[in-house]
Order: sequence, then structure tokens, then C-alpha cells
Amino acid sequence: MESTIVKAENYNSYFGDNHVVKDVNISINKNEVIAVMGPSGCGKTTFLRGINRMHELIPNATSKGKILLDGENVYDMNAIYVRSKIGMVFQRPNPFPNLSIYENVVAGYLLNGIKISKADKDVIVEKSLTSAALWKEVKDSLHKKGTFLSGGQQQRLCIARAIAMQPELILFDEPTSALDPISTSSVEALFHELKANYTLIIVTHNMQQAARVSDRTAFFYMGELVEFDDTKQMFTNPADQRTQNYITGRFS
Amino acid sequence: MELNIRLRNTKSAIFKGIIVFFAFLITVPLIVVLGYIIKQGIFQVNWHFLTSVPAPVGETGGGIINALVGSFIMVMVAAVVAIPVGMAAGIYLSENPRSKLAYYSGLCVDILQGVPSIVVGIVVYFWIVKPLGTFSSLSGSAALAIMMLPIVIRSTEQTLKMLPDSLKEAALSLGVPYHRVILKVIVPCGFAGILSGIMLSIARVIGETAPLLFTAFGNPYLSYSLTKPMESLPHLIFTYATSPYDDWHNLAWGASFILLMFVLVLNIFTKVLTRKWKVQL
Amino acid sequence: MYKKTNKFVENKRLKLSNSQLKWETIFRRILIAMSILLVIIILGVLATLIVESMPSIKSLGIGFLWGKVWDPVSNIYGAYPFLVGTLLTSFIALIISVPFSYAIAIYLGEYNPKGWLSDLLKNAIELIAAVPSIIYGFWGLFVLVPIIRTFEMKIGVAPYGIGVLTSSLILAVMIIPYAASLGITLIRMVPSPLKEAAYGLGATRFEVIRSVIMPYTRSGLFAGVLLSLGRALGETMAVTMLIGNTSAVADSIKNAIFGPGNTMASVIANEFTEADHTEYLSALIELGLVLFFVTVIINLIGKRIITRFTND
Repeated sequence: MESTIVKAENYNSYFGDNHVVKDVNISINKNEVIAVMGPSGCGKTTFLRGINRMHELIPNATSKGKILLDGENVYDMNAIYVRSKIGMVFQRPNPFPNLSIYENVVAGYLLNGIKISKADKDVIVEKSLTSAALWKEVKDSLHKKGTFLSGGQQQRLCIARAIAMQPELILFDEPTSALDPISTSSVEALFHELKANYTLIIVTHNMQQAARVSDRTAFFYMGELVEFDDTKQMFTNPADQRTQNYITGRFS
Repeated sequence: MELNIRLRNTKSAIFKGIIVFFAFLITVPLIVVLGYIIKQGIFQVNWHFLTSVPAPVGETGGGIINALVGSFIMVMVAAVVAIPVGMAAGIYLSENPRSKLAYYSGLCVDILQGVPSIVVGIVVYFWIVKPLGTFSSLSGSAALAIMMLPIVIRSTEQTLKMLPDSLKEAALSLGVPYHRVILKVIVPCGFAGILSGIMLSIARVIGETAPLLFTAFGNPYLSYSLTKPMESLPHLIFTYATSPYDDWHNLAWGASFILLMFVLVLNIFTKVLTRKWKVQL
Repeated sequence: MYKKTNKFVENKRLKLSNSQLKWETIFRRILIAMSILLVIIILGVLATLIVESMPSIKSLGIGFLWGKVWDPVSNIYGAYPFLVGTLLTSFIALIISVPFSYAIAIYLGEYNPKGWLSDLLKNAIELIAAVPSIIYGFWGLFVLVPIIRTFEMKIGVAPYGIGVLTSSLILAVMIIPYAASLGITLIRMVPSPLKEAAYGLGATRFEVIRSVIMPYTRSGLFAGVLLSLGRALGETMAVTMLIGNTSAVADSIKNAIFGPGNTMASVIANEFTEADHTEYLSALIELGLVLFFVTVIINLIGKRIITRFTND
């Protein structure tokens, strides 16, 4: 039985008077991998950041409409709480440089002053790093700072950090655009494994990546959600002309 | 044609010679002053010197413990106030660069940096000394704290401005509230720069005399009280150096040596520390 | 891995987030309050200076600025001697220090920006700025004054030893780091393509410095000079110890430079605690007010030039 985890209802985003995301309605199910694609400036990242209420942290950024997480509107909830329930991985890997690898994984707890026993922390660290396919590579250097890690490893550390908070939903904002091809494929392989336990929404400017990793794809253009369909369907037989133009490379 | 080029090259070489000469000439007064202070002062320093109060006129011996303790207390009290206030203002300025308050507050920091230290002393005299009815170390600390603020604020602001936004974003997205993001991620990452600003501000005010002339005033006895006058190293040096007594001159030389060494060590320490503790971004 | 999330854990997390929201607001308010405090301090300084010098402003008016006599006993107050003293010491110090500041800036900015020798010189400059002014004054009193006295005897002027000249010399050393460090930063900022174009045309090093670097950094270097000037105007202790503390106006330029004098800062330092009646104290505060305005304006102009320069 499929169940909806995230639902946007008439969601709009603004930067001051600039209407960047226009009336989006979308429904995403549990354990799906959703790709969000579109040309630069189409509003896909802004939409993504609206889901975990990161958008409003920018001065003059506002939004209208609802985003329901498990039936509750995140805009009626405590913003801090919302962000702790949704994981986010950014374009540039950003592990905390003042914390060790171990501390980075449990940063969500450490920085919030949440007390957990060392035994529990050890479990979380190992489980999260394993889920992020990083455990074997760093298990002997957990107490070093993460600066010696490669770009791909740092990004997987950030994924582990997000997973450690036990979210149901993880958002990815162009997670591989700053990585080399080998790291990119290791992260993409990860998406496939994470899907079993999490719902993933991945913003990407790389069409081929969208086609490779996702179950369904959303195509944004000029702030509007133009089309949202089964990935195979969208790439072979798109319903909208704009989608067709994008896929065939008319604009990027 | 050849002569012209040769002439121009000679000119260039002469110019470089002049520049190098003047640039390095400046080390001469530095070495002379430092050398003289060290020579005059180093032999004044002994255990007795560090633990007794100045002797009355006519008696030899005596020490500067009242000034040592006084400087220490006043600078520490000033720091206790100036560091949190300065860091808070510095954080605000780096986090809200486009706000109106940031503009005016930043302007006031610039103004404060240019205010002569004697004017700060005048103002604190009317704010604290007059109402309290007495010179006090508290007013001295207040004047020093005001002088420390611009240095702490600007170094905090500049350090934090150089940190990438992605650091903040990562923490916020984990559901960490703003104050913890700043206090547990941003400030620790900027620790080296902020600390060096703090240490430089301390090195600066420990040598300040003018703001203490009509606030802490000076005291020939050892005092720990915040509400009584207190001696300080620079003020003692001023009083005793300009006195006609040789014994007092000697005390002033010893005090100058200690003050100089402290300032030098603090400056070197700051450089070493910031290099060692700089967080690799 | 994920079972249905534990309701108990969820509630704990929600409670935590709720209390964190409160602290967030408190924290932001504290930051704002501390920034407002800065503004309050400056306004307070200005207000105190104006209020306390009011009696003097009212009774003496604008003539205060060119009044040539300062005689507290007869209650006559004129700021002219101190304006002269301040301007003389500051400008002489500036004239002496600028060649050094420029030389250091050119050397460390262009000829030798990296390396152990350059680090050594840079540290020396910072050290000069770090030495407390009282120590310069003390040294000046015991070492420089006798030297100047001998010099004055040789050239046939009254051998005071102390005076405007001596204070200006010490002041010159003290203010060199301010224009120098700014100059170093500015000269390093000159874009390489500009310099390379000149070298490509066959210019010598000197010509590149003269025709490319100097014009490019002109306004910024001027700002550095202003900052040095601001520092000189406000300097109190070293000057107080070396200037001789005479409130009379010298009768000739020669005597003005080689003889004793007073600056606004030094007369305040010397006479503030002796001022026993309102007019006296208020006149001194008025001097403080003038000093405040002059130094602040010069510093702000300097800073504005720098921000405009670095933003271009």
C-alpha cells in the first residue's frame, strides 16, 4: 500500500517580490526516489529548500501554501523540529571542520546538546557510516578531522550525518555536481541502497542522473512544476512540449 | 640610446637603494628603544621588586606590586565586559551586514577606534568617578573596556565574515537552532581569529595610561578594591619617570621592562597560537 | 532500519525544539542589544563632552579657538596655543614619517613581499606599533632629550631639550606603522596585468613604481596618511612627557619648533585634575570636544577612502 510522505499544496516561494516557485502541487510516496530537474533558475532548489524550511532563512524570502509532511503542514510546525526530521545534503560537501569524523556523524545530537550514551553513539556512528558506504574506509580514523577525505568521501560523510538523525525524508541539492565521476557513481549507487529505508528527493541539473537514479521525475521550468511522472515514461514519452524541449537539449 | 637605458637602470637601482635604506632604517629606533629599556630595567627586577610596594621618597628599594596587581585586575575586569559585548556585536555585524543597525553600529565602531584615549578618560570620569565621588579601579576598567571594544568587534566580524555560508547551512539543516549554530559551529571555527583579536586588545590596553589618569588615578599602596583608586604599570611609569628622584626612576625602568616584555610576549604568543589553532576549512 | 518512530522520542524532540525556539529569539535580541550599545556609547561620549563644555562654549563662544592666552588663574582661556602645538607636532611628525612609511610599503608591497627578511621587517613594524606610548615617552625623556639639547646648543637655539621638535620626533616613529601597513596592503593589491603591461613596454622597476603603482594607490596611500595623522593628533602620553607643557604662544617659528609647547591632549592630561572651578574644567572639556571632532573626522575620511578603494 503506497502512502504519501510529502505533499505540496498550492505552494509558492518568493524572494522579495520575485515569484520564484509558482503554485506547485505534488505528492510523493514513501521509499520513492524522486528526481527534480530543470534548467538553471527554474526554482527547483528553492522548492526543495521550502520543504525543510531552509528557504525562509534567507532575508526577504517568503512562501505561501502548504507542505505536508506525514499529513502535517510543516509551516504550522516548529521550524527547528521540521529541520531535525528532514535530512539535507548540499552541493558542496560541508562536514564541520572543527569536529572529528565521529563527531560529524552525530553532530545533530552533539550540537543540540542531546545526551546519548557513548555506546548508543558508537552504534549510530557505525550504522550511519555503513549506510553511507563509508564505514570501512574511515573506521580506523574516526577521531581524526575529516579534512583528509576526498570530495566523494566527504559527501558520504554528510549523508551519514543526515542519516544519523533518523529522518524519513532526505533532500539532496545537486549532491554530485561538485564531485568527480567516480565519486559521483559511488553516491548514485548509494541512492539505490538508501531507498529501502528512506524517501529521497534529489535536485539535479544532470538529466542523465535523473534518468539513472529516480523512480519518478519532476520537471520544473520557470518556477512551475511542468510535469511529474514515472521516470521511464517522462524520458521516452513526455506529455508536455517544454519537457520534450528540455530532454532533447533545446535548452539546459 | 644605450646611454638612456643605462641611465634609467641606474636610476632604478638608486631608487631601490633609497627605499631599502629607509625601510630598514626604521628598525634602528626600535632596536635602540627596546635595547635601552631592557638594559635599564632588567636588573631592577628581582623578587623584592615584584612583591613590595614603592618605597617612600628618600628610601631605596621598593617594588611595583601595586601596579602589577592593579594592571592585572583592571585589564581582567575590562576583558570580562569587553569580550562578550565585543563578540556579540561582532557576530551581529558579520551576520547582518545589510541591516541599518549594522551600518550605524559599524560607523560607531569606526568612530570609537579613532577617539583619543584621553577623551575616553574624560568621559568615564563624568560617568563613573563623579557619581561615585571617588577615583576607582572600576572606572579605570570601564575606560579600558571601551578601548578594547573596537578591536574585539572588528576582528570577530572579519574572522566570521571569512567563514563559508555552507557551514551555517549544514548545521541549520540538522535542526540546530541559530544560537547553537553560532556558538557551537561558527565561533569555534573562527576561534583563532577571534582569540588573536582579544589578545591584541589586551596587549593594547595594558599599556594605556591616558584613560587611567582621571579614573583609576593611581595608588601607592596595594589595593584589590573596585571602588578605590588603583595603580597600574603605565601610570606608575608615568608618575615615577617624571619625578625628580633617581630611586623612582629605577622603579619606572623596572616597570617599563616588565610592561614591554609582557606586551612582546603577548604579541608573539598570539602569532604562534593563531597559526597552530587555525581550523582548516 | 526504521521502525515507526518512537512517539516518546518524538515528543522529547518536539519539546526541545520548542524551548530552542525561545532561546533563538533571546540570542538574536542580545546580539541586537550589544550593537545598539555601541551607538549608545558614542552618543553618550558626544553628549557628555558637549554638556560638560557648555559653560565654556556659552561664555567664550567661537573666539575660544583663536584666543591666544591660557591663564586659568585669571580665568582667561584660549585654545590657540594648543591648536598650534597639536598641528605643529602632528604635521612635523607626519612629514618625517611619511617617507619611511612609503618606503616600507613599497619595499614590502612590491620589492620583497614574501620571505624571511620581509617577515622580519613586517614583525618589526608591528612591534613598533605594539610598544606602549608611555615607554616611548620615558625613553625619549632620558635619551632623546639630552641628544636634542646638545643639538640645539650646536645650532645656537635655546637648549631646552624638551619641546615640540622632540615630541614630533618620537611621534613620527610611533605613527609610521599606520600608514605603512595600509600601504603594504594597497600596493599588493595593484593588479599584475597593469604592471606587466608596463614591464612589457620596457619600463624599469622604478618607472613601474612611479607610473603605475603610485598613481593606482594614490588615494589609498593618502588615506593611510590620514590614519597616521589621526593617531598623531590623539597621542597623549609620549607628547606630554616631552613637550615641555608651556601654554604660551611662541614668538617666532624657530622658537615654536625648538621650544616647549603644549597640545590639546597634553594640556588636558596635565591640568584636568587641577581644574578646581567650573570655567577651568569646562574649558578643558571643550578642548577635548575639539580634539574629539578633529580626530574622528580625519579617521572617518580615511576609512571612507579605504572602503571606496577596496570596493572598486
